[in-house]
Amino acid sequence: MIPSRSPASETLSHPLDLTQPDSKTRWLETAFVLLAWGCALLSAGTLFWIARVVYQDARPAIAEFGLEFLWGREWSSTREVFGALPFVYGTLVTSAIALLLAVPFGLAVAIVTSETILPQWVRSPVAFLIELIAAIPSVIIGLWGIFVLVPFLMPLQRWLHETLGWIPLFGSEPFGPGLLAAGVLLAIMILPTIAAISRDVLLAIPPELRSASRSLGATRWETIVRTLLPAGSAGIIGAIVLALGRALGETMAVTMVIGNAVRISPSLLDSGYTIPAILANQFAEALKPIHIGALMYLALILFGLTLVVNVIAVVLVQWVSRRAIVR
Amino acid sequence: MIFSTAVWRRVVTVSAATLAMSVGSIAQAVTLNGAGASFPKPLYDRYFSEIQTQTGIQVNYEAIGSGGGIRQFIAGTTDFGGTDAPPSEEEIAQMEDGLILIPTAGGAVAVVYNLPGIENLNLSRDVLPKIFSGEISRWNDPALAAANPGVSLPDQPIRVSVRADGSGTTFIFTRHLAALSGNFVATKSPDEWPSAANVQGGRGNSGVAALVQQNEGAVGYVQASYAAENNMQYALLENASGQFVAPIPVANADRALENMEFSTANNRFIPQGLEDPSEGYPIVGVTWLMLKENYEDAEKAEAIQTIVQWILNDGQDINGELQYTRIPGSVAQAAISAVTNGINATASR
Repeated sequence: MIPSRSPASETLSHPLDLTQPDSKTRWLETAFVLLAWGCALLSAGTLFWIARVVYQDARPAIAEFGLEFLWGREWSSTREVFGALPFVYGTLVTSAIALLLAVPFGLAVAIVTSETILPQWVRSPVAFLIELIAAIPSVIIGLWGIFVLVPFLMPLQRWLHETLGWIPLFGSEPFGPGLLAAGVLLAIMILPTIAAISRDVLLAIPPELRSASRSLGATRWETIVRTLLPAGSAGIIGAIVLALGRALGETMAVTMVIGNAVRISPSLLDSGYTIPAILANQFAEALKPIHIGALMYLALILFGLTLVVNVIAVVLVQWVSRRAIVR
Repeated sequence: MIFSTAVWRRVVTVSAATLAMSVGSIAQAVTLNGAGASFPKPLYDRYFSEIQTQTGIQVNYEAIGSGGGIRQFIAGTTDFGGTDAPPSEEEIAQMEDGLILIPTAGGAVAVVYNLPGIENLNLSRDVLPKIFSGEISRWNDPALAAANPGVSLPDQPIRVSVRADGSGTTFIFTRHLAALSGNFVATKSPDEWPSAANVQGGRGNSGVAALVQQNEGAVGYVQASYAAENNMQYALLENASGQFVAPIPVANADRALENMEFSTANNRFIPQGLEDPSEGYPIVGVTWLMLKENYEDAEKAEAIQTIVQWILNDGQDINGELQYTRIPGSVAQAAISAVTNGINATASR
C-alpha cells in the first residue's frame, strides 16, 4: 500500500489555506448561489405569472365595470350585471367569525399543551389530535358540516333568533346553512394552525423568563398573561395571520354550508356567499368573456384582500417586536 | 450489500418488462380524450369501460361541466366534448373542425319536497313556477290545494332550495320553468332567482338534497335518479296535455322523448319542444356528444365512429339500468348514419 502522492509533499506545494478556496469549491459556490437565486426568482415569478393571467382574463370586466364593481350589489350572468360587494362581505364576515372563535380556543389549547397544568400523557395526545384536524381534506369537513354540524347548530340558531331576534345580527329566521355555520366550520379548520404554531412559539420561550417571573412572585396566571404571551406575541400574530389567510381562501367546505345566496344581510343566521365559493360554483360553466372576466375580477380582489391582510400582519409583527425590545 | 444489489437488479428487470408490455398494448389501441358535462358521467364511465373490453379503444372522459367541455372542444384540446345544452351559433362558429351533435341519453329532473305524511303532491303548470318565484310562499295556498283535493296541506312557509353550482340539472329545470312563465330564463348558473328572499343554494345534488331533507317545508330539484336512490318525496308534475306524471320510473321520461320530433339539420340532432313535452314527465333533458367533422388522424376518426355506433346500439340498454332515458331508436339510427357519413379523416390544417 504505497500512496500515489505523499500527503507531506502536497502540504508543501499547496499550503492549506482556508481563505483561498481552490477553483472547484469556488465553482461549486457560484453554482449554489445561482441555484438559490434561480429558485427564489422562480417562486416570485410564479406569483407574478398567476397575477398576470388573472388580470388578463379579468380585463373585459374591468373595462366594463371599472371600480364600481367593488360596491355593486347585483350579480346576474343572464343580464350580465356583476358586482362584488355581497361576496367581499361574505368573505370578511365568515373569516371574522372564524377568528373570533378560533383565536381564544387556539390560544387556550396552546397554553394548556405547553404548560405543565396537565400531565404529559394528556397534553401530547391532545396536541396531536388537534394538529390532526389540519390533515382532514376540506371536502370531508364540508360534508361533515352539512350532515352533522348544521343540524347540530340548528337548535342554537333557533334559540338565538327567538331570544335575541330583535338584534339585527340574529334577525332572520334560520334555515341551517348560513354565515354563522360557515364561520364555525372555518373556525374548526383554522384552529390547528393557531394552536400548533402558538404552542411551538410558547415552548421556544427561554425557561429563564418563566423562572424569573415566578421567582418575582407572579402567579402562574400572571406569568402566562404578563410574560409568556407578550414574549411570544410576534409568533402568535404570525399564526393568526396564517390562519386568516386560510379562512379567506377556503373554498369547498364553505360552499357546502354557506347557503350560496347573493345577498348582504346583517343577520348571521342568513345565507351568504364568499369569493372562493362563487368561483368554484360558476367558473366551470361560465362561457361569456364578461362572466369569466367578472369571476377573475373577484379573484383579483381576493388577491388584494389577502395582500392587505399580510401587509397589516407584517407591520403589526414589527411593531409588536419593536415594542418588546424597547420595554 | 451483494444481496440487496441482486434484489435491486431483479426489481429493475421486472419493472422494465412490465413497462415494455404496457407500452406494447398502448401502441396497439387508440386513445380518445373527451371532457364536458358531469350529468352523464356515471353512464359514460360504464360505456367506456365496456367499450375498452369489447373493442380495445381507450376513452378518457373528464367531467368538468358543459361550459368547460365546449371551451375545450373549441380549443381543440379534446377529441370530443360532452354537453347538456346545444352550443350557441356563436360557439359553433368557433369550432374550426366542424360539429356533429349526437344525443346519447336523457334524464329527468325531479321536484323534491319535505312534508311529512304527504306523498304524491300534485303541482300544476300554474303552481310550479310560482313556487320557485316566491309568488306562492305558503304550503296551504289555495292554488296548491286546488290540485290536491283531500290533502290537508300545512300552514307553513315554503323554503326554496336550488343548485348553487352551474349545472345541466339547473339548465333543464329553468328551461321548463321559462316555458311556463315569463319570470324565468333558462340558465345553468342560477345566480338570480326571482324569489331571492327565501332561496338557499346547495352544492351538487347532495347539497340540495341535504337542504331539503333537513328542513320541513322545503322544496328543491335534483336529478330524478338521485331522488330515487335516496328515497326522497317527489312531486307529480302536470305536462302540456294536463296529465300529472311522476319522474320515476324512468319510462315516464322515455315517453316524453319518444313523442318528440328531432331536427337533424347540419347533423345536429336536437329534439323540438324539449322544454315542454306533451306526453310523459315534463322536465326532461338530453345530453350530447360533440364530435368534429374532420379528424386529422384516420385512426381516431374510425374510433369515434366505432364508439358512437356502440353507444347508440348496445349502450342504450345500459341507460335504463342507470336511470337515464333512451334515445328513440329511429333517432339513434339516423345519428349513426350521420356519424358514418359525416366524419372525415382528412387533415384540415
